Amino acid sequence: MVTLAIALVLIFILMRLAPGDPLARLSEDRPLTPAQVVALRARFGLDRPVGAQFVSFVGALAHGDLGTSIQYGRPVIALVSERIPATLLLGGTVLLLNFTVGVWLGVRQASRRGGAEDTALTLLSLSAYATPSFWLGLVLAWLVGVKWHLLPAAGMEDPLLDPAAGWLAHAADVGRHLVLPALTLSIVSIAGTMRYQRSAMLEVLRLPYMVTASAKGLPERAVIWRHAWRNAFFPVLTLFGLWLPILVTGSVFVESVFAWPGLGSLAVGAVGYRDYPLLMGSSLLVAAVVVTASLVSDLAYAFLDPRVRLS
Amino acid sequence: MTVLLEPLRLAWRTPRGRAGALVLLAIAAVVIFAPPFLPDPLAQPDPIGGASLAPSVTHPFGTDLYSRDVLSRVALGGRISLVVAVIAVGLSITLGALVGLVAGYFGGVVDAVLMRVVDAALAIPRLFLLLLVLAVSERVPVWALVLLIGATGWFGTSRIVRAEVLRLREESYVRASEALGASRRRVILRHLLPNTLGPLLVAATLGVGDVILLEAGLSFLGLGIQPPAPSWGGMILEAREVLVTAPWAGLFPGLAIVLTVLSVNLVGDAVRDAVDPRGA
Repeated sequence: MVTLAIALVLIFILMRLAPGDPLARLSEDRPLTPAQVVALRARFGLDRPVGAQFVSFVGALAHGDLGTSIQYGRPVIALVSERIPATLLLGGTVLLLNFTVGVWLGVRQASRRGGAEDTALTLLSLSAYATPSFWLGLVLAWLVGVKWHLLPAAGMEDPLLDPAAGWLAHAADVGRHLVLPALTLSIVSIAGTMRYQRSAMLEVLRLPYMVTASAKGLPERAVIWRHAWRNAFFPVLTLFGLWLPILVTGSVFVESVFAWPGLGSLAVGAVGYRDYPLLMGSSLLVAAVVVTASLVSDLAYAFLDPRVRLS
Repeated sequence: MTVLLEPLRLAWRTPRGRAGALVLLAIAAVVIFAPPFLPDPLAQPDPIGGASLAPSVTHPFGTDLYSRDVLSRVALGGRISLVVAVIAVGLSITLGALVGLVAGYFGGVVDAVLMRVVDAALAIPRLFLLLLVLAVSERVPVWALVLLIGATGWFGTSRIVRAEVLRLREESYVRASEALGASRRRVILRHLLPNTLGPLLVAATLGVGDVILLEAGLSFLGLGIQPPAPSWGGMILEAREVLVTAPWAGLFPGLAIVLTVLSVNLVGDAVRDAVDPRGA
C-alpha cells in the first residue's frame, strides 16, 4: 500500500513536471477563444494550485473516480474497464505459453547442459529477447497477415462476421485474431522464463539427491520432472512479479501494432491525444497490478517452499 | 582499474563474450566511420521516381518512402541510438551508485525513505514513467530525452549497490578503516565504491541493450528522436505505412536493433559470469 501511495505521488509529480499544457493538443485542431480555454481549464481543474489538484485527485480516487478523459469525454474508469478483458485475454494466453512452453524449454536446456541444443536455444532466446516487439509484430503482420493471408493482422473480431453466428463462431474468430499478437508477445518474453527455469534447474541438478535418484535406476524422465523440476519451479514463480512489467510494456507495442482493443492501445492513444487523466489512470492501474503481482508471487513462494518463511 | 579490466578480460575469453564484442566493434566501426562515405541520410533526391526502391547496388538496403537511402539512415540512426544509450546508461549508473551508496552506508531513515521511493518507481514500468512525461511535453530535444531515460533507469542499480554495501559494511577491513578514524568520504570512495564496480559494470552493459530497445520503442511511438533525424525506431514507424510495398525500409533498422542488442547482451552475460561465477 505504501508503495502504491508513493507511486501515485510519483505519477502525479511526473505529469506536472513535464512542460506543456494538456489542453494545447485539444486546441490544435480548432481554435479556442480565451474564454473557452478558461472554461476548459476550470472544467478539468487545471486553474487551481497543484496541491489542491492533488488533493481532489486523491479524494476522487478514494471514491473509485479516476477523472474524465479529455479525448473521449467519458470517465476514465469506464474506458479502462472496457479494455481490461482484451488485455487479460492476450496477457493470459502469453502467460500460459510462457509457463508451459518456456518452462519446458528451460528444463530441456538444463538437462542437456552445454550440448548443441542448449547452445542453440540459448542463442535463440537471447535473439528473441533482443527483438523489439513492435518490429516483430510488423514483420509477422506483413508475412502472415498480408503476404500469405493466413491470419488476420488487425483487430479482435471480424466486422463482417454475422452477429447472430453463434458463440462458437465468434470464439473461433477471436482466437484467429489472437494468434499473431499472442505469438509476438510470447516470443519476446519467453526468453526470461527459459533462462530462469534453466538456471533454477541447474541449481537443483547439482544436488546429491539427484545422483541418488539416478543411481536408484529411475528413468531420466522421472528424475528430471518428478525429482528435479518440482523443486526448480518455485524460483520461476517469483519471476512472475519481475516479469509482469515486461509483459505490460510489450503489450503497449503489440496491441498498437495489431490494433488489439486492450489497455496498451488505449494508453498509446492517450499519449497521442495528451489525454493525461486517461494516461494517469492506466499507469496507476499498471502500478497496482505490478505491486499486487509481486506480493502474490512472494506469498506463493513462501507458501510453496517451506524453507522460506515470512517474518 | 583492475576491478573493471579483469571481468572484461575474462569475458573476452568466452566464445559468446568474444563474438558479442567483435560484432559490437564492427557495428561501432560502421556507425562511426561509414556515414561520410554514404549518401546524405536526410536528402530526398527524387521523392517521386526514387521512393521505395528495392535493395540494389546503389542502395544496398533500398530507399524509403521519401527516396532517402536506408543504409545511410541505418548507419546514422545507429550513431544516434548508441550515443543516446551510452550517455543515458552512464547517467543512470552514476545515479544508482550514488543512491545505493548513500542508502546502504547511512542506513536508518535515509535508507528507508530512498528504498520506498525506489520500490514505488519500480512498480511503474519504465515505459509508462517516460510516457507520462513525454506525452505532455512538446517535441523533446535529444539531450532532454537522454536525461529522461537516464533519470528513469537507476532504481534497479541502486538496489544492487545498496545490497552490496550492506554486505561490505560488515567486512573487517571496512570496520578497521572506520576504527582508524577514516572519514565517511574516504570509506565510501576507497573501500565501498571500488567493490561495487563489478556489479555496476554488469548493470551498465545489460542496461545499454535495454535502453536501445526503449529508445527505439519511444521513437516508434513518435516520442523519441524527432524526424527528420534518423533513428531505428522512427524508421520502423515510417516504414509501417509502406509495409507491403517497401518492407526493406523497416526490415533493416529492425535487424540492426536485434544484432546490436544481442551482441551487447552477449557481452553483458559474459561479464556477469566473470563477476559472479555462481550463476554460470
